[in-house]
Amino acid sequence: MTTALGDRAADNLAFIRDTMARAGAFTSVSGAAMMLTGGMGLGAALLASPALLAANPARFLSTWIVIAILGGAGSWVAIRRKAQRAGQSLMDGPARRFALAFAPALVAGAVLTVAFVASGNSALLPGTWLSLYGAAVTAGGALSVRPVPVMGAAFMALGALCFALTPQAQQYVLAAGFGGLHLTFGYHISRNYGG
Amino acid sequence: MAKQSSSAAARRAERGARATPTAMRAHKGDESMVPALDKIIHERIRLGIVSALAVNERLTFNELKKLLQTSDGNVSVHARKLEDAGYLACTKSFDGRVPRTDYKLTAAGRKALERYLSHMEALIQATRGK
Repeated sequence: MTTALGDRAADNLAFIRDTMARAGAFTSVSGAAMMLTGGMGLGAALLASPALLAANPARFLSTWIVIAILGGAGSWVAIRRKAQRAGQSLMDGPARRFALAFAPALVAGAVLTVAFVASGNSALLPGTWLSLYGAAVTAGGALSVRPVPVMGAAFMALGALCFALTPQAQQYVLAAGFGGLHLTFGYHISRNYGG
Repeated sequence: MAKQSSSAAARRAERGARATPTAMRAHKGDESMVPALDKIIHERIRLGIVSALAVNERLTFNELKKLLQTSDGNVSVHARKLEDAGYLACTKSFDGRVPRTDYKLTAAGRKALERYLSHMEALIQATRGK
């Protein structure tokens, strides 16, 4: 009898833990938007390779900044739609915590971009972008579905690799990261996590 | 020795239960051993609502319904019971033209969950010591 009571108590605690974990997760990450961003990332890697940095840094930067803005805007619209379909709010709860965890690394990336360009260290940008975007996704992903932090870790690994490569080779890593990872994980999320 | 410590854990659980204003005996026949539980929070859907709100400042009716995978009626009835017990605060508003109900855990609700967690832990300790 006492064992049964203990089992019931353990079961209740497990239920509380599981409910808290699910309630704290941000589930409105849009796989479709991620795939769209991946397509744009591939395009940017083709149009503005790191080899272009030395010759025409303005074109390299403007291409990637425009792609980042378009990708971010597209993701926001898709996430908003997904959240509305699920009756979830984006202003508080898990979505707010996701945004608060996601944003700092992106802000750091923007600051470092300005600092590297100003100091003539633009060659460090591809690795920095991949690493810090990965850090943002990993931090936000800790509050989201499982594939998101895994994708973030993959971005960080590619970022680390990027620092060791020539600008020509970095183009492939940028394409694999902002293109390939977004497309692969976006497809997985859209198939398995409701769009 | 082990028996003594398990008895002590059971007594701690019992003391915690006495401190609960809405405490009731949860399992008939186990009165010698089972600490009294807060019956308001012990029911699964209500426990789910309180647990979900413990990690979110507020949740909408639809968010709770989806999270707990239950019906409108269930969420409505159980949230009302928690509200009547003073464990939840409910706000009704409109999101455009769509009615929206937000729930928030009150200080009393948070304390009730903490007490409930203490009871469960004490029960596990007591039964492990046997």
